[in-house]
Amino acid sequence: MKLLEALMTGLTQGAMVALVALGYTMVYGVLKLINFAHSEVFMMGAYIGLFAILGLGGAGNPVIAGVAGTVIAMIGSSLIGITVERVAYRPLRGRGKGALTRITPLVTALGVSVLLQNLAQLLFSARFRPYPQLFTGTLHLPVVGGLSTSRAFILVASIVIMVGLELLVQRTWFGKAMRALSTNEEAARLMGIRTSRVIAMTFALGSSLAAIGAVLFCLDQSQAYPTMGVVIGTRAFVAAVLGGIGNIKGAMLGGLLIGVLGEMVKLTDYSGGVDVLVFVVLIVVLLLRPAGLLGTSRVEKV
Amino acid sequence: MRTAHPTRPRRTSADGKPLLSLEDVQVSYGGIKALRGVSLEVRSGEIVAMIGANGAGKTTTLKTVMRLLPLSHGTITYAGEMVSGLGPEELVSRGVSLVPEGRAIFPNLTVRENLEVGAYLHKDAKTMRETIEDVTALFPRLGERMKQEGGTLSGGEQQMLAIGRAMMARPELLLLDEPSLGIAPKLVQQIFAAIRRIAEAGVTILLVEQNTRLALQVSHRAYVLRTGEIALSGSSAELAANQEVQAAYLGG
Repeated sequence: MKLLEALMTGLTQGAMVALVALGYTMVYGVLKLINFAHSEVFMMGAYIGLFAILGLGGAGNPVIAGVAGTVIAMIGSSLIGITVERVAYRPLRGRGKGALTRITPLVTALGVSVLLQNLAQLLFSARFRPYPQLFTGTLHLPVVGGLSTSRAFILVASIVIMVGLELLVQRTWFGKAMRALSTNEEAARLMGIRTSRVIAMTFALGSSLAAIGAVLFCLDQSQAYPTMGVVIGTRAFVAAVLGGIGNIKGAMLGGLLIGVLGEMVKLTDYSGGVDVLVFVVLIVVLLLRPAGLLGTSRVEKV
Repeated sequence: MRTAHPTRPRRTSADGKPLLSLEDVQVSYGGIKALRGVSLEVRSGEIVAMIGANGAGKTTTLKTVMRLLPLSHGTITYAGEMVSGLGPEELVSRGVSLVPEGRAIFPNLTVRENLEVGAYLHKDAKTMRETIEDVTALFPRLGERMKQEGGTLSGGEQQMLAIGRAMMARPELLLLDEPSLGIAPKLVQQIFAAIRRIAEAGVTILLVEQNTRLALQVSHRAYVLRTGEIALSGSSAELAANQEVQAAYLGG
């Protein structure tokens, strides 16, 4: 039963990682940019969620505080994400030549990441802040065995959100515009798609998902701290690359795989080596499939 | 085929003014002057061709009209209004659509989704359904492949999709960049038959085409571009009979 429990825990962890990975992959899709600031948007989401949940009554008022706090965190993170894009990335777009068009925004992204992390230390101090416990108790499920209520909730919520996202991307005008923009920006503009608006909305969507991931992560780990983005952000980035960066289903798959792998490692004597294994897996997968598990490199047809 | 835009007034060819006019348009990129002062006119209802060797500036001209490339000098007027400062989104909404060179369809979207994205600026469900009917009547092959991903189509089918996608915006002026490039001869015939039908339905066409013979057959008037300048212009019949054109572009 230990294996099944670890599997469930792994899926829970992985689902949270996947929520963050989606932000990396969607922004990469539309801008071909690794938004290194995304991990810090995740961290900011955790803090905004923390203050909002506490302000709304915390554990004494779990449903309203939880839901409204998460929504506030989503809005706050979206605003941060949109601002980062507007201030740091958009002015660089279409400038520079050759390799510089890609490298300049990348360095800027790293800079914004450091800036946000230090800003958080300044604003919130470096100490670990306890997160209110909105869920108590353990569910006793058949076959699987014990699963804490919070983890069960995290898993269900993450899956619902990912299904919702898939519908959004496949069925709505925004989704179609985003997919069109990801494959060919010039052609998307020729369709009348206002690419700047779609890019801003992509940042908002990715940041909202990161905020949900952050609140869920904190409910599970019971604390928020300024460097939490680095830990989860790195894993999420690996998940996005593992699944095939730019591919939404790939990010979901990559996240779940990393979560499950991590928990499996913890069952062995090498529990300290989770991140080592994660990166070994990443390297092996990329050696075999450079575009990631679900990524494709298309050949131009004549 | 229904071509009138649901919200845009239809202009008639009787108003006498050119629908599109370029005046002394100059474009440079990468330190090279690609256009050295191009002036041309397209009137409502016309099919106008631009011919010339590779690198003469034909594609650059179309891209500049759509504002995918910045203008360094000159003006572009569409339907009596200056449009040289507007972005591609704005031009599409005013009734100009470009079918780009190399087709640039969205390979990971289905044929239906490609067409739907083409109607991005007017998403009214009824209009879209009607326009999709029109496009599949024009290109029955697309109708048979609606659920396939665009990337799985053959080159000729992708060209049909690119034209169909541009028609989804119900343009008044259609810019076509090398519609026959790299396509099997049998499909080229079908594509040009469709271009004629689009023109008969009242859409004005500016066509860039490396197949000079075909371009002069289908068009009313033509411009010959040479190193970023208009070298010759006239009715297509005149140009086809012109010795210089025959020697340089018609192989004879």
